[in-house]
Amino acid sequence: MLKTSHKWVLGVVLLLILILPFLMAPHKGDAELFTGADSQAEGLIGEITPGYKPWFNPVFEPPSGEIESLLFSLQAALGAGVIGYYVGYNRRKSGDEA
Amino acid sequence: MHIMEGYLPAKHALAWTAASAPFIVYGTARLARVLKEKPETKMLLGVSSAFTFVLSALKLPSVTGSCSHPTGTGLGTILFGPWVMPVIGCIVLLFQALLLAHGGITTLGANTFSMAIVGPFVAWWIMLGGKKLGMPLPVRVFLAASLGDLATYVTTSLQLAIAFPDPVGGIAASFAKFSTIFAFTQVPLAVIEGIVTVFVFNLILTYNYQDLSELQVISLVRPKEVDDKC
Repeated sequence: MLKTSHKWVLGVVLLLILILPFLMAPHKGDAELFTGADSQAEGLIGEITPGYKPWFNPVFEPPSGEIESLLFSLQAALGAGVIGYYVGYNRRKSGDEA
Repeated sequence: MHIMEGYLPAKHALAWTAASAPFIVYGTARLARVLKEKPETKMLLGVSSAFTFVLSALKLPSVTGSCSHPTGTGLGTILFGPWVMPVIGCIVLLFQALLLAHGGITTLGANTFSMAIVGPFVAWWIMLGGKKLGMPLPVRVFLAASLGDLATYVTTSLQLAIAFPDPVGGIAASFAKFSTIFAFTQVPLAVIEGIVTVFVFNLILTYNYQDLSELQVISLVRPKEVDDKC
């Protein structure tokens, strides 16, 4: 479906989009850069409706930022493992050595 | 796009859960039928789930100076049609709500609606519409995945705007504010999701055309395009 030249172009565009934010993200004084959009929305809710209190708390919260990254990495790693297995399996099956 | 636990007023939380429920029920029935009639697609279903797992775990920086993540629901939709991802997406969201304190049980319905229902259906319609317009397959896959991703974040903004209308400008003003956080941030990430989906779809098409012929996707692929695979 894709020509090799297309893959290169797409790959380069992908890299550029990943790098670009670090070069051109607006600096907001002391404010922390690259915080999560979800928590920013939380802040905006507080601005629009001062005094809104969440009426339910998460059942379990990762005890620290490190543990949270660990769980997110596990999630990504598990998924990537399955995809890698699938691709390898089918590559072998189709007898394609390229 | 995760609305945090407890951050939707109870009535809204309930309404979105009610809106999502029929999709999950019907989707589960469709999923069971696919697995029963075409057990050989099990692996591809695993890949679709895995893809959502990976992409929704990756929080990427955006040019707006904040971080957000792709949804990964486009691939499964393109392969299996729009009814399978609501179930898979809901499972991913449940996992994140229970173990990662991302999203929540009370907001599961709303988050499922944006990520696992609106996103996939938009992606599906783009696949169909693109075919009618005669767009090449990679272009259709790219547009379906990226615009489906974007539609999810627009939906989240709308859900929050309805729940928290601006005291002065109402829902419209509030929607503009939430969109700045979610939808604008998402534009470059949606492009990333589109490109990654094209890559993975290409891999699947290259090595597994046999399985694909069993699925929805084959009705969307014109025979010539399959021969063009490389």
